[in-house]
Amino acid sequence: MYEHLETADPALVESGKLKRVAVDPVSRVEGHGKVTLLLDENNKVQQARLHIVEFRGFEKFIQGRPYWELPVMVQRLCGICPVSHHLAAAKAIDQLVGVDPVNLPPAADKLRRLLHFGQVLQSHALHFFHLSSPDLLFGFESEIGKRSIVAVLTDYPDIGLQGVKLRKYGQEVIRMVSGKRIHGTGAIPGGMNKALTKAECDYLKQDIAQIVIWAEAALQLVTKVHTSNLPYYDDFATIRSKYLSLTKPNGALELYHGGIRVKGEQGETLVDHYDYCTYPELIREEVRSWTYMKFPYLTSLGKTDGWYRVGPLARINNCDFIDTPLAESARVEFKRHSGEAMVHSTLAFHWTRMIELLHCAESIQALLDDPDLLSNDLVAKGEKRHEGIGVIEAPRGTLFHHYQIDENDIVTKANLIVSTTSNNTAMNESVRQVAAEYLSGRELSEPLLNNLEVAIRAYDPCLSCATHAVGKMPLQLELIDAEGKLVDTLIRHSSGEFIHSSA
Amino acid sequence: MSGTLCIDGIAVPFSDGQTIIEAARTAGVYIPYLCHRPGYAPYGSCKLCTVKVNGRTNTACTLPAADGQTVISNSPDLQHDRQRITQMLFVEGNHFCPSCEKSGNCQLQAVAYHQNMLDNHYPHFYAQRELDASHPDILIDHDRCIFCNLCVRASKEKDGKEVFGIAGRGIHKRLIVNSPTGKLKDSDISVDDEAAHVCPTGAILVKRSAYLAPIGERIYDHHPISEVACERAVLEAGAATGYPSCDQTKLPQNGGPDSHYAATMPPAPDIKHGR
Ligand code: SF4
Ligand code: FES
Repeated sequence: MYEHLETADPALVESGKLKRVAVDPVSRVEGHGKVTLLLDENNKVQQARLHIVEFRGFEKFIQGRPYWELPVMVQRLCGICPVSHHLAAAKAIDQLVGVDPVNLPPAADKLRRLLHFGQVLQSHALHFFHLSSPDLLFGFESEIGKRSIVAVLTDYPDIGLQGVKLRKYGQEVIRMVSGKRIHGTGAIPGGMNKALTKAECDYLKQDIAQIVIWAEAALQLVTKVHTSNLPYYDDFATIRSKYLSLTKPNGALELYHGGIRVKGEQGETLVDHYDYCTYPELIREEVRSWTYMKFPYLTSLGKTDGWYRVGPLARINNCDFIDTPLAESARVEFKRHSGEAMVHSTLAFHWTRMIELLHCAESIQALLDDPDLLSNDLVAKGEKRHEGIGVIEAPRGTLFHHYQIDENDIVTKANLIVSTTSNNTAMNESVRQVAAEYLSGRELSEPLLNNLEVAIRAYDPCLSCATHAVGKMPLQLELIDAEGKLVDTLIRHSSGEFIHSSA
Repeated sequence: MSGTLCIDGIAVPFSDGQTIIEAARTAGVYIPYLCHRPGYAPYGSCKLCTVKVNGRTNTACTLPAADGQTVISNSPDLQHDRQRITQMLFVEGNHFCPSCEKSGNCQLQAVAYHQNMLDNHYPHFYAQRELDASHPDILIDHDRCIFCNLCVRASKEKDGKEVFGIAGRGIHKRLIVNSPTGKLKDSDISVDDEAAHVCPTGAILVKRSAYLAPIGERIYDHHPISEVACERAVLEAGAATGYPSCDQTKLPQNGGPDSHYAATMPPAPDIKHGR
């Protein structure tokens, strides 16, 4: 589709006919996202790259450490979803002590699920809070679009505050289960280190009905925003792709444990109920010279066609149903709106994220009535193994943790595929799409940068730059010509301040 | 000999053979320590317990208590030095509390909290020390060794073995294992030995016991080390009836002999007991 834009014709670069809009890794402003655009002499976008450097070195760092440190240590990987890493690593080290997911004591399984629902809830709520800010308007160029969203927002005056409270509630769930709001413990090899007390359970029950109501309102808002300007929302940064996610054995939406399902562009099932322990056969990772981040692809389809998207959009697209009623009717409405088997709109990530927010709230509500949460039968034991794989649906998508250990319990090899890596090709595709369709023939401008932000943010990538409010994402663009000469720079800091300097 | 000494204005009784630190501890007065351990012979290597006794600097863990001694422990100067000693220990090894399994149960971490240690102060050494995971049940993470010698003494004096030793000096100091290969698996340590459990940091660990204690049930989760170190009953009595005071002119604030650091000092820790 837009693949031709990734690597520009070398002859054009050679001849100096192309100018490059680049943010070079070396001159990268700390905490800023960066996008490279390679332009030809007519300011037509020839190439677009999103640069991500956040995950280097961690796999090396954990080599040589004892495996039981992993669930706590890997929480340092991500400031936004530490619990997802905690649980993915925990699932992997369960296997190292010979415990498969089916053999986990029910109490441990349910406590981990509760913990994970809390995590997804708080992460999605954080994202939602960004969106619910009137700054949502940044990056939208059409006046009509702006007005319709302002109108929608006036119907939800307290929505910002509710976003904050939703997040707080998710964090309280995490604190009750793991001891701390961030970087708690909780999961240990083969189980959990504590049950919930009755008092902790009752504490969480107090507010859950309200949380479900707020989650419904958040979903309604996002649905209205999306449907208020369908052509825009369905087309912006939109790419047709395959989708990968876990599902339950019965095809329902699943966040903690399941088999891998991949669906194609038309909704055809390419892979189903696939045991993630053999993921290295299913997925390969391609290395490209211009970025440290790898590009995973489905082995059977090859590098060019094998890329896929993960995350809320993938999960809602892939599942047959959701096993909580409110989220399920939202899913049905969502699927109906496009009239296609699969929804490919990139901005629909926001919509599906809120469907999942509601699903988490409903699931927490149901779980809190489960007496197993109070049970002290928390740890299973088994025979030591030398390899463990844990896969989970993190807020941003499927997350793989894979470890090998030696006879002394020391990690010899680690491989992690984080969701942002899985979405790497897709994010580049979307950035390219926005660049090709919205930016050609323009100078570096603020609307240009704002549009790039909107495309990147839809994926909710776990980049430090993405943790800022909408319109405040620190981004850096540089216009460099084919000889590497800096022509133009545009930086937006997290204060919202633009620095535009033409050389 | 038995009698009473005065520590920071509190009258502390002692019994025959007690050191100052033990007399203080049994009376509910905490003097920070790392290489000392109740029930172990005086050693005196970490210098954390340094106090002024009748105006002279001494280690409280080695000096026998004597009747009428005036001891100053919680002065800004001494607390400042303790904070610096703790900071040196942190930069010399690799103490990465957030992902360390000993966190919450670690004496070094607890002392650092007690000393209001908010930064490293000194540049980090980035020590490169190897892990010894060879033993099936016990792990040595040399990165966390503070050379307190407790494992050495435990093995020798309590277990009747000689599994550990400290070799080298200064920056080259290291914990060594007495075995043909130098590996723990070839030593005669057993997981039931006191030496396997005595380490105040996370340097010697029993394998597969990490994070079993949830947050909230770890040693220092609810009580600072100044309280954990002392008998609960003594602290409760002290809180209820107050600590017996001795001559108020002997308080460090009231003209204690040392004040040379006072102007640049970080705030002394807020000790909950004893005063
Ligand atoms: S291993 Fe532990 S007990 Fe032994 S000297 Fe080092 S810090 Fe002290
Ligand atoms: S405790 Fe006295 S010198 Fe270490």
